Amino acid sequence: MSDLLAARSQMAVSLGFHILFAVVGIGMPLLMVVAEWRWRRSGERVYLELARRWARGTAILFAVGAVSGTVLSFELGLLWPGFMRLVGPVIGMPFSLEGFAFFTEAIFLGVYLYGWERISPRAHLLAGVLVAVSGALSGVFVVIANAWMNTPTGFTFVGGRFTAIDPVAGMLNPAAFQQTLHMTLAAYAATGFAVAGIHAFLLLPDPTNGFHRRALAIGLLVGAPAALLQPLSGDISARQVAERQPAKLAAAEALFETRAGAPLTLGGWPDMERRQTRFGLEVPKALSLLAYHDPDATVKGLDSVPRDEWPNVPAVHLAFQVMVGIGSLLALVGAWAGWEAIRRRDLASNRMLLRAIAASGPLGFIAIEAGWCVTELGRQPWIVSGVLRTADAVTPMPGLTVTFAAFSLLYCFLGVVVGWLLYTQIIRSPESSEWTRVYSPPVRARA
Amino acid sequence: MPELTLANALAAVLLIALNAYVVLAGADFGGGVWDLFAWGPRRQQQRDLIAHAIGPVWEANHVWLILAVVLLFTCFPTVFAQLAITLHVPLTLMLFGVVLRGSAFAFRSYGSESDVAERRWGRTFAIASLVTPILLGACVGAVAAGRVHGSAAGGFVQGFIRPWLTPFALSIGLLALCLFAFLAAVYLTLETTDAELREDFRRRALAAGLSLFPAALLTLVLAGEAPDMRAGLLFSIRGLLIQLPTALAAVTALAALGSRRYRLARVAAVAQASFIIWGWAIAQYPMMLPPETTIAGAAAPAITLQLVAGALGLGALVLLPSLAYLFRVFKAAGH
Repeated sequence: MSDLLAARSQMAVSLGFHILFAVVGIGMPLLMVVAEWRWRRSGERVYLELARRWARGTAILFAVGAVSGTVLSFELGLLWPGFMRLVGPVIGMPFSLEGFAFFTEAIFLGVYLYGWERISPRAHLLAGVLVAVSGALSGVFVVIANAWMNTPTGFTFVGGRFTAIDPVAGMLNPAAFQQTLHMTLAAYAATGFAVAGIHAFLLLPDPTNGFHRRALAIGLLVGAPAALLQPLSGDISARQVAERQPAKLAAAEALFETRAGAPLTLGGWPDMERRQTRFGLEVPKALSLLAYHDPDATVKGLDSVPRDEWPNVPAVHLAFQVMVGIGSLLALVGAWAGWEAIRRRDLASNRMLLRAIAASGPLGFIAIEAGWCVTELGRQPWIVSGVLRTADAVTPMPGLTVTFAAFSLLYCFLGVVVGWLLYTQIIRSPESSEWTRVYSPPVRARA
Repeated sequence: MPELTLANALAAVLLIALNAYVVLAGADFGGGVWDLFAWGPRRQQQRDLIAHAIGPVWEANHVWLILAVVLLFTCFPTVFAQLAITLHVPLTLMLFGVVLRGSAFAFRSYGSESDVAERRWGRTFAIASLVTPILLGACVGAVAAGRVHGSAAGGFVQGFIRPWLTPFALSIGLLALCLFAFLAAVYLTLETTDAELREDFRRRALAAGLSLFPAALLTLVLAGEAPDMRAGLLFSIRGLLIQLPTALAAVTALAALGSRRYRLARVAAVAQASFIIWGWAIAQYPMMLPPETTIAGAAAPAITLQLVAGALGLGALVLLPSLAYLFRVFKAAGH
């Protein structure tokens, strides 16, 4: 394995690991706060139990997120010193702001977790709200920095150096809005559906359990609206990518030739030798329609980019299909759940729906990983789109395969431990059967 | 005297963040060290007290490091790149320590209730707490000795191992470890109302405080590797100006511990740790990475510095009251 590939793999493993926890750090506080708010409003202790249980889970996941995020902040330099040396002054701003947002999140999470008996109820709930808000903001700032790598602005690149630096223009880069919107919605959808999925799964054998019913409802309250809005946000993103990052869109859609009225290819395998996508299902003119809202618009294909600037087309295409497929599925399940909630005011009595929600549990996170593959692999061979190649940014440190292997092992180990802890500590029915008796819903009581 | 430029001011803020990391997160590492060396009849109470003291604040304490890194790569990007190249190995090892310590602590606190698992995570937390400060200190030692070049010339050993694997750098690591353990023990005397437990940590604080003298002496003896640093600390007016208060704070801390005036001891210990850090910075000023890279030379363009300064001002408006609130809720008197 070359050092460049090892560095890229280590970065991918670190990001791929961290993003799961970062997303939970955005989504879980919102669920926690909703549960606590409901408890304060209704006085039903089942909501308090939920808030405390989720807070425990959040504490574990947040801690792993914080330390894996620290690793990343160092790895930017450890692996890509040639990148940081140049771009720090342009995109340091969002990272600095992220530092403050993350600080606020850590402070108030400490207050929230340990402050149940120490501060007033109102202050406690407010601490939870601050965790949720600062968590979302810190995600936004980091994604702004990534958006800059895709559509860099705010500098002039002359003779290998950045001049006329304008960090504000860097922050307001063209992809910033689309990417942050897409990522924030993804965080809420993935977390909401993961929680709903777990409790739907536990409801299947135990459908009257009031604890899981309430958890399911809150999970969907956060996850379903986000999942329904996500296709809209995806459309905004796609149009922007078509304009500013044609190679990424062409790879995602496996479009080899520039053409007017371009079809949308569902599935299929890009054959790099023949430069055509085989076995795919083509929807005529659909890609032009989606990318430019005009069925006859011209969409740039891979042939518009020199061959040595192509990303890995099969990987990007596959990841894109996975992301879009899951996104559509979650939107459908979310709509179905919303329909049931409005029509019958009872989600847990429809077993088909419960099964669908349970099966959707892990999908949001898979879609997020796939989405990051699209945006990161789709930008290659550039680390800063059109400006700096990844190969020119890598550290001269030899033997990176060793650190790549070490971090992979560490993260595998941590992943297993976290999974085990969540399974044994968080994902189960409460000890007492009190919740089921007291809170069995009226629908079931009649039946 | 340092000139009042924006670059100097931001370097000072960077040092404040590092200082805060040392006196806050440093003590959390120190807590892990005392967890590892918990002995005597109240072993379990000692460990519980440490966990109880660290629990609500360690995440926030940890963020000072992230803030320092972010400021470094935004305002002094070439310095960050050079550090990241030359110190790749110790920084990576330190990151392993950071990851294992943080997650082990969380797993132990919120995870399983079984004793075996708790002890295993406790052990991981404690060992990571022991190793990480040494590596952090060694990185500082490599900078002070002027060995961070950011170049791979001369091969792996020459470029990536020799700069930090030196007696001097390791002696700084040892000093950092003793300092962190000292801070933790001093703070812990104020975390309990149990007189015996308090006495346990008073004795530990005295031992760690006394160990700082030989540790500091050792770094000076070995500082032949860092002649500029030694000259700056020992043979210049500004060096003596910082040495004097450091020694004064050290003696005050020990005397206060001796007479059981714990609040004074805490103030003096924090002052001592801070003076050591500022002493290092003042001794090597205006160099950021001796022998060649100056603060002014490494600074980002003015516009970036101005914006970061503005962001820091706004951030401080949010951050400082929040931090004050956190510490008031969990660290106020009489709990």
